[in-house]
Amino acid sequence: MSALFAIAPALPLHKAGKFVAGAYIVFLALVLVYVVIMAIRSQRIERELSELQRDLDAARADSEHDLERVG
Amino acid sequence: MLPPTYGKGLRGLSLATLATISAALALVFFYAPLDANQGFVQKIFYIHVPLAIVSLCGFIFGAVLAIGYLRTGDRKWDMRSYVAIHMSLIFGVGGLITGSIWAKASWGHWWVWNEPTLVSFLIVLLLFATYQPLRFSIEDPERQSRYASVFAIVAGAFVPLNFLAVRLAQQYVHPRVLTLTGGNLPGAMRLTFLVSLLGITLLFVTLWKYEMTTKNTRAQVRRLRRTLLGDDTIRPAGRSAAPL
Repeated sequence: MSALFAIAPALPLHKAGKFVAGAYIVFLALVLVYVVIMAIRSQRIERELSELQRDLDAARADSEHDLERVG
Repeated sequence: MLPPTYGKGLRGLSLATLATISAALALVFFYAPLDANQGFVQKIFYIHVPLAIVSLCGFIFGAVLAIGYLRTGDRKWDMRSYVAIHMSLIFGVGGLITGSIWAKASWGHWWVWNEPTLVSFLIVLLLFATYQPLRFSIEDPERQSRYASVFAIVAGAFVPLNFLAVRLAQQYVHPRVLTLTGGNLPGAMRLTFLVSLLGITLLFVTLWKYEMTTKNTRAQVRRLRRTLLGDDTIRPAGRSAAPL
């Protein structure tokens, strides 16, 4: 990090810098929190899709079993 | 009829957003000159003002989409309006917090009550903060959509009126940098601001499409479950703007 600051232009990071950094961190944090929430929602959809697939397979197996018994 | 696919073009849009925001940050910290009065603190302007502008435009966008619902009765318009208002609220909170930080740095106070721009923005934000409680207090999906749309239109119409009222107010503590006559931003600052505004606008559109894709996919999974398994227990609950 110190190497990065060494090559960066001279920025007044002593007093004003903390406010500017704070504002941009708030923005970044909002976007990150949003992305995390959306990732959780995507996981939920994936789980619902897996459950649907499992229930569908079970229903198909049941109907095949019934057909075999009738036949 | 197949439901609309909101994920189309999302990858390209995401990359464009990333590139624009990266360019905006580079311009903010390596190109735009330091403000003569405020110095380095003025860099907050490039994130605070675009967030506030995009948030207010998003509320109006939500109102326009709500008109689409009232005209057609199709719940997809209501869902679009809901997501636009939801996104605008998030951006609005971002604008409010960054503005508060800027106020502390330049005025010495986190909040100034006698500043019309700040208070009017807070009123708009609080008004739209009641949108979700109002919406989800109604169980019946059709009534929920109708009432939410009417609210979105009325509150959306309030946004430009509020903006005009503040512009016409006499007290100008808050700096005016954007006017019809060109404002008072020098060229390098203006370019940086416009790229930042474009980046935040693209971020809004990307996240809007992202959330629409997620909601639409979930609704499709539920619809599939009902069709394939005849499972009628899987219906959108009261707290959902997803279509049936």
